[in-house]
Amino acid sequence: MKLNRRDFTRILLGGGLLGWLGSALYPVVSYLKPPKIPEGNVQSVKAGMVADFAVNTAQIVKFGRKPVILLREDNGEFKAFSATCTHLECIVQYRGDLKQIWCACHNGLYDLHGRNVSGPPPRPLDEYAVNVVNDEILVSRMA
Amino acid sequence: MRTQPGCRVFMVSCLAVTMLALSLAARLAMAGDTQAEPDASAAQEAVDNCVACHTENDMLPAGHLDADVHMQPGLSCAGCHGGDPTSDDQEIAMSKAKGFRGVPERRDIPAFCARCHSDIEFMRRYQPRIQTDQLSQYLTSVHGHKLAQGDQKVAECASCHTSHAILPASDTRSSVHALNVPGTCGKCHGDADYMASYGIPTDQFDKFKMSVHGVALLENQDTGAPACNDCHGNHGATPPGTTSIGQVCGHCHVNNMQYFSDSRMGHAFTERGFHGCEECHGNHDIHKTSDQMVGTGDKAVCMKCHKAGDKGYVSAGQIYEHLTGLASVYAQAENAKQEVERIGMDDVEIGFLLQESHQSLIQARTLVHTFDPDRVKEKTDEGTGKARSALEAAAAQVKDFHVRRRGFGMATLFTTVLVLALFLWIRQMEAK
Amino acid sequence: MATRTDRQAGAARAGAGGRLFGWLDDRFNISPLIEFMRHKTVPVHRHTVWYYMGGVSLFLFLVQIASGILLVLYYKPDEANAYESVRFITTKVSFGWLIRSVHSWSANLMVFFVFVHMFSTFFTRAYKRPRELTWVTGFLMLAMVMGFGFTGYLLPWNELAFFATKVGTDIAGVVPFIGNAVKVLLRGGDDVTGATLTRFFAIHIALLPAIFTAILAVHLIFVQRQGMHEPDYVQKLPPEKKSLMPFFPNFLLRDTLLWLMVLNLLLALAVFFPWELGTKADPFSSAPQGIRPEWYFMFMFQTLKLIPAHVLFMDGEVLGIMAFMVAGLAWMLVPFWEAKRRPGGRARPITIIGVLAIVYMLAMTIWGYLV
Repeated sequence: MKLNRRDFTRILLGGGLLGWLGSALYPVVSYLKPPKIPEGNVQSVKAGMVADFAVNTAQIVKFGRKPVILLREDNGEFKAFSATCTHLECIVQYRGDLKQIWCACHNGLYDLHGRNVSGPPPRPLDEYAVNVVNDEILVSRMA
Repeated sequence: MRTQPGCRVFMVSCLAVTMLALSLAARLAMAGDTQAEPDASAAQEAVDNCVACHTENDMLPAGHLDADVHMQPGLSCAGCHGGDPTSDDQEIAMSKAKGFRGVPERRDIPAFCARCHSDIEFMRRYQPRIQTDQLSQYLTSVHGHKLAQGDQKVAECASCHTSHAILPASDTRSSVHALNVPGTCGKCHGDADYMASYGIPTDQFDKFKMSVHGVALLENQDTGAPACNDCHGNHGATPPGTTSIGQVCGHCHVNNMQYFSDSRMGHAFTERGFHGCEECHGNHDIHKTSDQMVGTGDKAVCMKCHKAGDKGYVSAGQIYEHLTGLASVYAQAENAKQEVERIGMDDVEIGFLLQESHQSLIQARTLVHTFDPDRVKEKTDEGTGKARSALEAAAAQVKDFHVRRRGFGMATLFTTVLVLALFLWIRQMEAK
Repeated sequence: MATRTDRQAGAARAGAGGRLFGWLDDRFNISPLIEFMRHKTVPVHRHTVWYYMGGVSLFLFLVQIASGILLVLYYKPDEANAYESVRFITTKVSFGWLIRSVHSWSANLMVFFVFVHMFSTFFTRAYKRPRELTWVTGFLMLAMVMGFGFTGYLLPWNELAFFATKVGTDIAGVVPFIGNAVKVLLRGGDDVTGATLTRFFAIHIALLPAIFTAILAVHLIFVQRQGMHEPDYVQKLPPEKKSLMPFFPNFLLRDTLLWLMVLNLLLALAVFFPWELGTKADPFSSAPQGIRPEWYFMFMFQTLKLIPAHVLFMDGEVLGIMAFMVAGLAWMLVPFWEAKRRPGGRARPITIIGVLAIVYMLAMTIWGYLV
């Protein structure tokens, strides 16, 4: 089949237009779908179900770019603090035997209010708010 | 003549006002009188003749501070030197009858201070929680022994605390504040001429200044770092004994101490009377550790005792390999993260993985003190895994970066086709 | 009322399109309008290329609206979140990097093309009667485009933007009498703070777009109503010698072609020269080295730097700003004061003034970057 110029141009135009529209609309539609984590500056983070969290234990949770230590006290209450030691920025851990937060780097100790009680740390740990919603643990910034 | 009612009212009012004014004036005059007389007795009580007289004659002791901890609660000169501050007659004020003790000899200073500072009944009036064992501690120290034997050069209370500018250790101006302690000790211990007769080194302060602890304390003002007294003690100052060095360092470096004392090396050190941590890390000139300290290289401390081929040599080599292996993967991952950041791609996840890898590296280096290559390997494997994940994540970001370029290429292709088509169409239309 | 021939012409359009047209025409009598548009022509001569510059500016404005709306779906206009939200867009949102870089590049290209459009109409003296108001509305839009650029620049809340805004609003504050009030009004306070950010955001996405769109509509209506200006030498030709092209579809198709190429250029710039994030603004840190305004303000900035601190009885900065305001006003009013006739073949004074203006702006801009 011989294509005359008009038809060729028409096909080119139609095909080009469709292709172009697709390549233009695809990014826009993709953009409109929200990413998995819907916000930039993280205001709150989900940290699992209450039932999965044993008493007198702790976990490190990622809060945006910062590590946060989430711990459960003996009475079942949750507490969360910045996990970056205020001395030289090592990651702290929870000591179930001492019932305090401990930094292995230079033996710094913080009580369960985040206050620096022993060792080199010069400042307390920043506290984060913990709420339980529908049996799910939610860690968020203090108001 | 009969006065008008209005006139009467006026005259009564004038009288009343005049009387009021007079009484007010009288009151004011009386008040003025009482105010004019100074309260002589109160003024007399406030005068401390010791300070007043010595100030007037420009004879205050060198370094005298009004903020001195004894001046503040009103103990003043007489509190230590005795005498009567209420008398302005020197014969009376500084008489033995009034308890004047004068300036004590150096060998008598500890007792001079301890008169109050060892008496808890007295001290608790001023500071309920204060210790009162300074003298008994001092007598056990090297300084205390030598002073008792008649050596007048050694440190006594005033050498460190000063005589007339004594401030609490928590005060940053105090000679015994953490940041100032190295300088205070260094006044004698850093003076080679002064210390010549004792035969001990005088380079401690210089070494300390260059050390990790010195830099942290003196440059970074980190009072979490040890000053001289944190390892040597305050009043009972003695260098830690060979067996207790580990305990002293271990007070902060807990894990290192625990690993070391449980290890083969720990037991061997104790048996042979080696100086624990000090053998490998030094005492005053403790430098920032590096992976080169472990292993069989020329900077390695292991080679101070071990010889080529013995079991320690082999372990040291293995530990070195594990550490440097992780360190190099970590460095690669760090570079990859910086590249990702530079090209403007997402580096958050990579940052987290790097943080975790770095934690493993720090822990692996601490585990060196077990001298067990397997335990070190366990940790370095964990860290390497994280670092490799970080590298993969970085590679994915870089790939994405290039995918964008390909996507752009496709879009350009479609645009070119459409542009061409339009061009042809216009031409065709205008050819008609 | 639509004439029979118009209606017939309308109905002659085949199919659904024709029926839709008929439905609308019945209610709104659009046939005369369509007929008018159908007969629009564009002069063809050696300066025709400059006719496209306005269209490109319009296209870039449309790109800004589209990309701006997309950006505002994720952007957060408060001090605590602005920077992170832009980072979020460029790293986490699918094609967010593209939308953001397109928006930034398109802003710069728009300023460039608006200047080109302005100067091309200037040198062809298109501002002459009857097109004085077209010129005036155009100048107002030029000023607003620079306002768009100034307000938009702050929104990512990075260090450079923060200090550039500080310096820029400081300069605005120097104007006598009203300067301080304007400065406080712009900043939402005495200093550049989160309040400034919110205010600039409102100006950038609501106030300026509303006013700009209104003036743009007026400007376009003027152009459509009056048709394209012909350069002098074309005007002198007899009618049969003038070459014309229909606005629909020829000129429009050519416009579309150009717009496609400009869009592709934007994409290329976004991919190969992505816009930086910068470091987050810290109001308490000291100004970094080399704060500069965006390039389109550079000539003014450099001029102000060169003026001595005191000139006669006036503060140098005040003199500089007043001079620019007077110059701007004079430029806006060019159609009203430019000499009507100029004998001989020598260059008109106005052309010389225009060339000098361009040379001055270019020189100052380059100088500003060299220092």
